[in-house]
Amino acid sequence: MKGFWHDAVEFFPILMNGVALTIIVTIGSLLLSTVLGLIWAMMRVSGIKALSMLSASLINVIRGIPIIVLLFYLYFVMPDLGVTLSALQAAILGLGIAYSAYQAENFRAGIEAIDKGQIEAAQSIGMGWWLTMRRVILPQAVRIVLPPYGNVMIMMLKDSSQASTITVAELALQGKLIASSTFKNTNVFTLVALMYLTMSIPLILLVRHFEKRAGKK
Amino acid sequence: MIELSDVHKSFGQNEVLKGITAKVEKGEVVCIIGPSGSGKSTILRCINGLESYDRGDISVEGLKVDRDAPSIVNIRTQVSMVFQRFNLFPHRTVLENVIEGPLFVKKEPRAQVTERGRALLAQVGLAEKADAHPPQLSGGQQQRVAIARALAMQPKAILFDEPTSALDPELVGDVLGVMRKLADDGMTMVVVTHEMGFARDVADRVLFIDGGIIVEQGPAKTLLNQPQHPRTQDFLRRVLHPL
Repeated sequence: MKGFWHDAVEFFPILMNGVALTIIVTIGSLLLSTVLGLIWAMMRVSGIKALSMLSASLINVIRGIPIIVLLFYLYFVMPDLGVTLSALQAAILGLGIAYSAYQAENFRAGIEAIDKGQIEAAQSIGMGWWLTMRRVILPQAVRIVLPPYGNVMIMMLKDSSQASTITVAELALQGKLIASSTFKNTNVFTLVALMYLTMSIPLILLVRHFEKRAGKK
Repeated sequence: MIELSDVHKSFGQNEVLKGITAKVEKGEVVCIIGPSGSGKSTILRCINGLESYDRGDISVEGLKVDRDAPSIVNIRTQVSMVFQRFNLFPHRTVLENVIEGPLFVKKEPRAQVTERGRALLAQVGLAEKADAHPPQLSGGQQQRVAIARALAMQPKAILFDEPTSALDPELVGDVLGVMRKLADDGMTMVVVTHEMGFARDVADRVLFIDGGIIVEQGPAKTLLNQPQHPRTQDFLRRVLHPL
């Protein structure tokens, strides 16, 4: 750890460029996975057999493919099929799709945890499927879903480092580049680890807050 | 106003309704009594389409009840339901629970609905609880909110599914009091209940159901005081003199 502070000051600005990309990849794929996950979950609980089976198979396919392979597919194979994506686009798309499966299962569990009597009460005042979802089920499911959702956020922040495998110069890749040109492995990767941890801590606190709120009720 | 003719319904192998034919006239209060598992609640749930039926016909004001047809919304806004376990929306205030249907299903103006909602809460004796959340209320208060919610739809009839069965005994009276007032005001009501006193005093007619069929029916006092069928006699003896 010789000269850690000296190195930290020197490498920090370069690593911050990586942090910016890490945040972009994380937020982008978080939003995408949330939207896709909601769609899969809605299809799953729609009561329409074809939709629910389609959603179940999609989720299983996505779950069965490693994130890194999905990223390779999007970045290296899609151009052969005529779709060229930038590394950043492929990273956000890949991580977003990969995590949509976990989001969907989480959302579905939250929706199915709501008492059936709530659905019947909504129906009995004439609410249709969508109004019941929007006014009765989803607002109650959010409370249940938030703590695991926070955990997914933390996992996605860390897994955004997989984008380095398709040349997105986020925090992990920036660290690797500096380390391989300066041979200061210890200092550089310690700094990288500390920076990931620093970004995780607010999220960890957020999860704790969600858990407390969900437990209170 | 509500007509059932030869209604059959099975859950898997188990046939719970074996040909129910009955009629509820406008302004009538009909109590349905019978042992648990006899199909009483299923009848109510079929009338507003919470449950489908296999055979026969149910109609409300001449409109056929079909839970998969768009017309079911029309029927549900005319026939409200009060549940055994209240089923209030815990994430909304008492007033929001009451105005939810008129506001979002019938799309009435908010000011008008809010005023009516407050008036209904006053009618069930809970004006001061408008801004509370349901979990903060006692069971009896929650059930009275549920009745206000049903009334807010300005229904032509209300179905009550064992409305006092989940309540502590000392809270039953308040809920029955509200229901009695509704009956006096001429509301059409179908009530599945174990409260024989209420049935005797308030109902116009009583149906005794056992094993998925109507075993006996008639004017409330006649049926409850001089039951003709041995099964009715046996049931009433057990309910009225459990020891």
